[in-house]
Amino acid sequence: MSDVKVIDEIPTYQVTLFVRRFNQEDGLEARWEDFDVTVHGTDRVLDALHKIKWEQDGSLTFRRSCAHGVCGSDAMRINGRNRLACKTLIKDLDMTKPIYVEPIKGLTVEKDLVVDMNPFYEAYRAVKPFLIASDKPEKERIQSPEDRERFEDTTKCILCAACTSSCPVFWTDGQYFGPAAIVNAHRFIFDSRDEGAEVRLDILNDKEGVWRCRTTFNCTEACPRGIEVTKAIAEVKQAILRGKP
Amino acid sequence: MAKPTIHHHEYDVVIVGAGGAGMRAAIETGPHTKTAVISKLFPTRSHTGAAQGGMAAALANVEEDSWEWHTFDTVKGGDYLVDQDAAEILAKESVQAVIDLENMGLPFNRTPDGKIDQRRFGGHTRDHGKAPVRRSCYAADRTGHMILQTLYQNCVKLGIEFYNEFYVLDLVMNDGKPAAVVAYELATGDLHVFAGKSIIFATGGFGKIFKTTSNAHTLTGDGVGIIWRKGLPLEDMEFYQFHPTGLAGLGILLSEAARGEGAILRNSTGERFMERYAPTIKDLAPRDMVARAMANEVREGRGAGPNKDYVLLDLTHLPPEVIDAKLPDITEFARTYLGVEPYTEPVPVFPTAHYAMGGIPTNIKAEVLSNNKTVVPGLYAAGECACVSVHGANRLGTNSLLDINVFGKRAGIYAVEYAKKAKHVPVPKDAVDETVALLEHMRNAKGTEKVAVLRKELQDTMDLNAQVYRTEESLDEALAKIAELRKRYEHVQVQDKGMRFNTDLLEAVELGFLLDLAEVLVATAKERRESRGGHFREDYPTRNDEKFMVHSMAYKNGSKIKIDWKPVTITNYQPMERKY
Ligand SMILES: Cc1cc2nc3c(=O)[nH]c(=O)nc-3n(C[C@H](O)[C@H](O)[C@H](O)COP(=O)(O)OP(=O)(O)OC[C@H]3O[C@@H](n4cnc5c(N)ncnc54)[C@H](O)[C@@H]3O)c2cc1C
Ligand code: SF4
Ligand code: FES
Repeated sequence: MSDVKVIDEIPTYQVTLFVRRFNQEDGLEARWEDFDVTVHGTDRVLDALHKIKWEQDGSLTFRRSCAHGVCGSDAMRINGRNRLACKTLIKDLDMTKPIYVEPIKGLTVEKDLVVDMNPFYEAYRAVKPFLIASDKPEKERIQSPEDRERFEDTTKCILCAACTSSCPVFWTDGQYFGPAAIVNAHRFIFDSRDEGAEVRLDILNDKEGVWRCRTTFNCTEACPRGIEVTKAIAEVKQAILRGKP
Repeated sequence: MAKPTIHHHEYDVVIVGAGGAGMRAAIETGPHTKTAVISKLFPTRSHTGAAQGGMAAALANVEEDSWEWHTFDTVKGGDYLVDQDAAEILAKESVQAVIDLENMGLPFNRTPDGKIDQRRFGGHTRDHGKAPVRRSCYAADRTGHMILQTLYQNCVKLGIEFYNEFYVLDLVMNDGKPAAVVAYELATGDLHVFAGKSIIFATGGFGKIFKTTSNAHTLTGDGVGIIWRKGLPLEDMEFYQFHPTGLAGLGILLSEAARGEGAILRNSTGERFMERYAPTIKDLAPRDMVARAMANEVREGRGAGPNKDYVLLDLTHLPPEVIDAKLPDITEFARTYLGVEPYTEPVPVFPTAHYAMGGIPTNIKAEVLSNNKTVVPGLYAAGECACVSVHGANRLGTNSLLDINVFGKRAGIYAVEYAKKAKHVPVPKDAVDETVALLEHMRNAKGTEKVAVLRKELQDTMDLNAQVYRTEESLDEALAKIAELRKRYEHVQVQDKGMRFNTDLLEAVELGFLLDLAEVLVATAKERRESRGGHFREDYPTRNDEKFMVHSMAYKNGSKIKIDWKPVTITNYQPMERKY
């Protein structure tokens, strides 16, 4: 009764996607495979991947859930840049050329666009990403809007790994904590309610910690949440030098 | 074809689902009993993270408020189908639920004096409907994200054991009691049997039965479907909420917080049409009313756009600073996905399938019921998959994030209490047989039907026939279509034959749950020959308290659906006409 027809109005396009395929079960080397798909003007790369999976090759494998950039499932390399497939509109890419889609780098490929995220999550867990506070308040703790503002930016992280897997240091040194872990440490270090800053700063002062960052800004460019990742890392570096947040 | 390897685990408490409800429960159980949380997604990918607007609690931080007013609003908003004892608990325990989250570290927005800030939301009023009240606690328009992150952070702190990317496909019952769940490990294709003394379902909603929805691809109602297949009843399945402001054509949600901050709905003539439908609280009327009003504007030819098939959400009169500070994410959605600039242009919106009021029947201890009264010992459900019922025929905005926290916590507390005194129910030898058979059938079927085609046809028929307006005829049409799709589903084809990360196989399994739940929804909608809350029957356009002031209880009876009714618990508020 209330079929929405906006989509039908919007022009459709033919595009070619080159997708990086790998499946250890088929015994083949990793390779590019190309698919032609018809997409609508509002379609995202995720829609195109779904069209391939649903209409052409059911074995194409990738993670996804929310489809609007909030769950962090579908970070991948699209035309050489780390992005969320569900936030990348096809019409914003150069449609005269094929679209290249491959898994994010620096993490082991499990199958097609799916990588092993465990090292990434381990780095996150290593920075104690939770509030450390000894008081037991009866009501809410008081925090001024200004104090909250200090860490607001880093609360937006969705753990998509776009930043960490765009970092050249992480590619060559898998031990490096990586930007996402530092972002999540920042979120607590600069929270006026938290008492664990010292411990975290100590962890990040490690040889695999913040000092490995060479400020290439790849992470900031990659972050789909618009977090100023490099700035957060710089603030953590300064805090280490100061010995406090 | 390789047979799956089978692993066995034993826990005191097994929680299925790592969204808000599941993790809130785990925080109660983890420190006291051996707990496993099983989730098909990595916890922070759960759809609780998509929630935007806020979480209701009568903190009275910015103006006078009381839990009693909140209870009343919840009951009235639910068109009196709410169990009032449960609504009282929801409202009373809301304050502690917010404090718990703040204490765990949630970065709520603050008032100038540093307290948790609050804002308006649809249907929440002061003193029984006198005027809108500021009751929603929020963190910009990312409240769900912050809740999900905060709960996960605390699970990390407590060392909770997670099994991520494990799909629970069956509940093993023995003599009327739950013994274990069977899960499929995505990475390997292995099967795992998790025995638990207490088992909590917290698997979220099933918006994917509809085409236009704010729900994630993964919200396929597996948990509710599993309970259904075990012959346990489902309550109030006909009540599904359509949120007024989905991005037109896409369904991506723009929170009611936009209207809470002052945004206005307009039709093609620029008229603020809600003034006609709800003169007192206008754009902040409950969702079912606003969604129908919008659909009606479109039907009567006052829709906007080239096809006149949507209305407009106008934020242009709000200062850009307010938009940036309070509604940053949703305005970005409008920019990214529709290319509309909300500072200067109104945003095309239309109702989107959003929230299941119905689900697995529970009592106020989150215990699952096997009929109107009997508890299934050791089995719990909480969150969107459950029906307590605090939302009745229509959920108020901000009451679900509250529900997952209050009843998630309760599920945890009572599951521990039970696990401490109970023994494990023996797991029968054939525990995995049904699951193995299901998967083998899917993997080996030489069918010709594609999952995506069947799913799309299901979603199309549901949007067409069982959305904001329903009739006997449209529902019959949907039932006939679902019956046809069921037959075709027998011949479904799975292309990927592998064991590792076989999402092709799982999409086929998920479609089975969608078909089951869509059918129950339509069948109960057909029997409820009245209009109430989110369920609107054009052929029976008024509420009929004499006959239908009761919850529906659907039972699986072979391949048929049997529908029974259950009285509503009324404590303080007698049904009145719902006017705003
Ligand atoms: C866009 C959007 C905005 C919203 N905004 C608000 C708001 O502002 N305020 C409000 O009160 N409510 C809001 N809601 C509603 C509210 O967010 C949800 O109802 C609530 O978060 C559901 O939480 P949950 O824990 O029950 O389920 P979910 O968070 O959906 O979690 C379900 C969990 O179950 C797991 N699972 C599912 N199936 C299986 C399986 N077979 N095996 C293993 N695990 C499984 C998933 O992995 C996931 O971890 C919103 C909803 C949406 C969609
Ligand atoms: S900082 Fe940004 S890019 Fe990095 S994990 Fe978080 S959201 Fe993703
Ligand atoms: S699918 Fe959730 S971020 Fe893309």
